[in-house]
Amino acid sequence: MRIAHEIVERIEDPERLYLVAIPNGGVALGRILIENLESLTGIRTPLGILDTTLYRDDLSTRSSRPRLRRTEMPSSVDDRVVVLVEDVVNTGRTIRAAMDALMDFGRPSQVRVVALVDRGHRELPIKIDFVGKNIPTQPNEKVIFRAGTDASASAQTDETAAAEDPDPTVLELIVRESEGG
Amino acid sequence: MIGRDILGIEDLSRSEIELILETAERMQEIGTREVKKVPTLRGRTMINLFFEPSTRTQTSFEIAGKRLAADVVNFSVSGSSVSKRETLLDTAKTLDAMDPDVVIVRHRVAGVPYRLAEVLHAPVINAGDGAHEHPTQAMLDMLTVMEQKGRIEGLTVTIVGDIAHSRVARSNIYGFRKLGAEVRVAGPPTMLPADIESLGVKAYTNLREAIDGVDVVMALRIQMERLDGACFPSVREYSSTFGLDRAKLRFAKEDAIVMHPGPVNRGVELAHELADHRSSVILDQVRNGVALRMALLYLVSGRLKAEEAASAEGAGPKAAARRGGD
Repeated sequence: MRIAHEIVERIEDPERLYLVAIPNGGVALGRILIENLESLTGIRTPLGILDTTLYRDDLSTRSSRPRLRRTEMPSSVDDRVVVLVEDVVNTGRTIRAAMDALMDFGRPSQVRVVALVDRGHRELPIKIDFVGKNIPTQPNEKVIFRAGTDASASAQTDETAAAEDPDPTVLELIVRESEGG
Repeated sequence: MIGRDILGIEDLSRSEIELILETAERMQEIGTREVKKVPTLRGRTMINLFFEPSTRTQTSFEIAGKRLAADVVNFSVSGSSVSKRETLLDTAKTLDAMDPDVVIVRHRVAGVPYRLAEVLHAPVINAGDGAHEHPTQAMLDMLTVMEQKGRIEGLTVTIVGDIAHSRVARSNIYGFRKLGAEVRVAGPPTMLPADIESLGVKAYTNLREAIDGVDVVMALRIQMERLDGACFPSVREYSSTFGLDRAKLRFAKEDAIVMHPGPVNRGVELAHELADHRSSVILDQVRNGVALRMALLYLVSGRLKAEEAASAEGAGPKAAARRGGD
């Protein structure tokens, strides 16, 4: 809900907003944000889903091709303020791929990025505009969170469950997001 | 599946077919965009090697490659006056030296794509070999049925026509059976191989019985230029007995769909009225052909590295990939 407030505060024309979620993680967050934005502005913001797999920069180095996910863009992005929605941003490579993919659908007037978690190991010059929580991690760790109907959520590393306790702030944030939805 | 040859449906597992179909479903969306191109295979080369003319299949592969941003080269080999075996291998070696990432092969002799696959470092996709297999046609047919019916498992599919000489029939029999459909075949006795039921299908010489209560009716093209007089007395007799029209289609399920691999001989396999009828999904098949071929190009194209080929220990450059799957 805090993220939705920030979006409304910083984007002057909410009628032109268009959320584009990156599957799989971004989709649940996108749905929650749509609800929260509607309760703040009274406007139903369109939500697109954009799979970035075909735009990845590592396809030629991988030994197998990743499974594709669904892409659904309900309307044109021309002259819209597009907010890309991702759960965890780390290297920035997925956001780069998403921007390329987005441009194939038209010419947005602005592109912004919202992420629930920023791990910070950026490999490309990409900035997150709206961030839920910065979680400093090791590059070899993995952030997993769950936001189910029981509002259970946790941030875990790859190593062991004890390596990093579930972050209460993230938990709280996700709980609130879930209630909002 | 990088480096995997797609030579026939017979060689593919159910889960491989399902992965290809799922990928093709995702690829369909690209065809609805204003910019129908993604950068996925940028810098990769696809060669269309057609020893037998086929405008449709070749064009479909070409569009599929271009939508994935591959460089597409059409290498059409016409005629046949030369000694096949020698020419084939020489052609294959020449092509391989150009470092393609995938080679599409169509040949009027069954088995040629298999022979080429042994020689080429790039994966080979069979675009039809003699009366053997036409795997991409079968998978685009399966994709179309999935799209129309939401499933394949439990459906009944009847294939009508020259089953004996049809690679489309053979590939579809393997494919629909692997995905859990019941398959029937129908045609004049001269067009039904004696042992066809060993493929797990039921053979009929009566069209009405064959399409009774079925979900899908697939008419095959009658190769009039090759067959007139050979397997049936006249085209007119064939069309009155095995040609589909609205009256005959009444025996199938009410929501049955009519398919045809094209090009249609109007008034022979399908009545005029039926080719344009709402039950006809012929143009969907064509559209899905591009998506299906994009899916295959995405999944398999890519040359194996030299060291991987060497590790296969002389068992052919792609033996390792064939064994290892993925």
